[in-house]
Amino acid sequence: MKLVVGHLYPEYLNIYADRGNIAVLERRSAWRGIELDYRTIGLGEPVRPGEHDLYYVGGGQDREQALIAPDLAAKGPALIEAVEAGAAFLAVCGGYQLLGRFYRDRSGAELPGIGLLPHHTVAGERRMIGDVLLECELDPGGPQTLAGFENHAGRTHLDEGAEALGRVVSGFGNNGKDGFEGCRVAGAVGTYLHGPLLPRNAWLADWLIARALARRVGEVPELEPLPDELESAAKDVSAERAKSRGGRF
Amino acid sequence: MRLRVEIALARAAGSLSRLAGRGGGTTIPGKILATVDPAALGTLAGRLPLGSAIVSATNGKTTTAAMVAEIVGDRVKLAHNRAGANLVSGVASALLYSDGAELGLFEVDEGAFPDIAGRIRPQAVCLGNLFRDQLDRYGELEHIAERWRTAVADLDPAAWTVVNADDPLLTDIARGRTEALRFGIDDPSVARERLSHAADSKYCRTCGAPYDYAASYVGHLGDYRCPNCHEARPPLDVAAKAIALAGLESSSFDLVTPEGTRRVSVPLPGLYNVYNALAAASLSLVLGAGLDDIEAGLGRFRAAFGRFERITAGDRTVLLLLIKNPAGANEVVRTLVDAGAPGRLLIALNDDIADGRDVSWIWDVDFEPLIGSLQELVATGARAQELALRFKYGGLDPARITLLPDLSEALSYGVESTPAGGELVVLPTYTAMLALREIASDQGLVRPYWEEAVA
Repeated sequence: MKLVVGHLYPEYLNIYADRGNIAVLERRSAWRGIELDYRTIGLGEPVRPGEHDLYYVGGGQDREQALIAPDLAAKGPALIEAVEAGAAFLAVCGGYQLLGRFYRDRSGAELPGIGLLPHHTVAGERRMIGDVLLECELDPGGPQTLAGFENHAGRTHLDEGAEALGRVVSGFGNNGKDGFEGCRVAGAVGTYLHGPLLPRNAWLADWLIARALARRVGEVPELEPLPDELESAAKDVSAERAKSRGGRF
Repeated sequence: MRLRVEIALARAAGSLSRLAGRGGGTTIPGKILATVDPAALGTLAGRLPLGSAIVSATNGKTTTAAMVAEIVGDRVKLAHNRAGANLVSGVASALLYSDGAELGLFEVDEGAFPDIAGRIRPQAVCLGNLFRDQLDRYGELEHIAERWRTAVADLDPAAWTVVNADDPLLTDIARGRTEALRFGIDDPSVARERLSHAADSKYCRTCGAPYDYAASYVGHLGDYRCPNCHEARPPLDVAAKAIALAGLESSSFDLVTPEGTRRVSVPLPGLYNVYNALAAASLSLVLGAGLDDIEAGLGRFRAAFGRFERITAGDRTVLLLLIKNPAGANEVVRTLVDAGAPGRLLIALNDDIADGRDVSWIWDVDFEPLIGSLQELVATGARAQELALRFKYGGLDPARITLLPDLSEALSYGVESTPAGGELVVLPTYTAMLALREIASDQGLVRPYWEEAVA
């Protein structure tokens, strides 16, 4: 079994150790005998229909985000088509913002997003920085938690009826006000949580791998469980941090 | 008169802090003074007959400033915050304890640099590097760079700007300064094959195209050139050539300056310390030191505590090498690998404010070259589990990871597992380093850092 991962702009968007997320997807696939074919997608390189099972885009500084935004806009229709055809997608921080409809900076200028996720983002005064704990229910079967770290000035507002990634237990979340974090459409997930996110939240890594595999095998497979004591212990510490010092206004 | 009373009060608070066993009192007097009289910093600095010099950088500022102190300290009496307390309060404290000082020498936190430079009006600043570091605390690199740009533009026109020309961001900031001294490495034989994963300022400041590097040395520092608009590293006024790195023990190089060339040696490992020595030599030149002073000062230098420190523990030794951000940690890893990677490693990851509350930076460190020969990793500190995950997903067999979050337990275990006559290599983050030194000091192995600082 093989999975093809397309990592968008790793040279530009890598500010919060995004390669940690990639390493987790690679190892957890390999431990189950799934070969993960990692490919980068850079400036000017086209997204070919059906090539990738899973996309990843990370965060960058404002300068780097502005450098790639026009190129991402050109790739937008192909990425939306890929998700509609069943590809999984994880977008973190700046990448999450650019998957929405637009990002409006402090001067009022708008950077267009690709509209894959139903939200928009407006830059705010104070950065929202700190540990975060979320409660999520991506599939029926009881809530799960995600623990991570957020650091963003943008306030993201979901469209009416849009599905969040989770409910904020501790921390700011999308905008520090409505109590939600991230956004989800089919197999695509956007979030402000880094840390990186996947090492200490192994279940989400497995969820993405399973969604990506479903594109190949026709249904979401049951993945073989792995020994995750260390992952759980790291999440417990991170969750404690969020409870004791997660940000709030 | 009023200031004199404030000084006496603030000093008394420092003594009380030490008597109470609450550390060295290296910032408390300054905090009190800064609260009582916010203008005091400028007033005190204004009394120094030879003025002040500021050293700032993401990495190496404590070491660089300590090297300068070694070079010029014989000839001039310094007010120097040598314990590394580098915010307004730490600088104010150093000024409080500097009766008769002639020259101020201050290492300054990169976030505090604009404020402190504005208050003490230095006659020279030495800017070493800007790397991504503690994004939760400092924000994005570009934001700091912008604040530095304004601060440098506001310096007195006659003030010297000593700048690392291998850092495109700093070269850009210093552009237009008339009194500027640019230093850098000019030795492709020690260059890296490619930019490290976490390299920061790798896109042209002018046009945004990726730089071409004729040689990349540390992170994004190197001999860069934009293939599109031809912006390039400026000519070097002070350069290190013919660099020889002798394992974990020392480094030597030809120091090429407008005053001539001199072979210098510094008893510290790694290319990053060559940059520190270059920065220190350049600033010392501007402050009036000669090549003899520089050669002698660098030669007898001892590392600032915890940066590269050997502690004797019975018939074993413990080597402390501070890690605090990807660029610095990468150089520590490279230095260890060049000297023969250790089979056992103790890494201590804390997440206090001074360490960075966001621990994601460890995923940007290229630890992988250590993993192949690693028999055992002792993971410790408040975020030991996260560190263990970093190595597990980096390819280390989890059976080789010993998880001991308690620092004291981990240090004892690490020392006991080290064979007699052997050395335990310890990579701590900042507060973990302080805590490990305290543990070692309780065991009578090292002196407390505030004693070291005034020695």
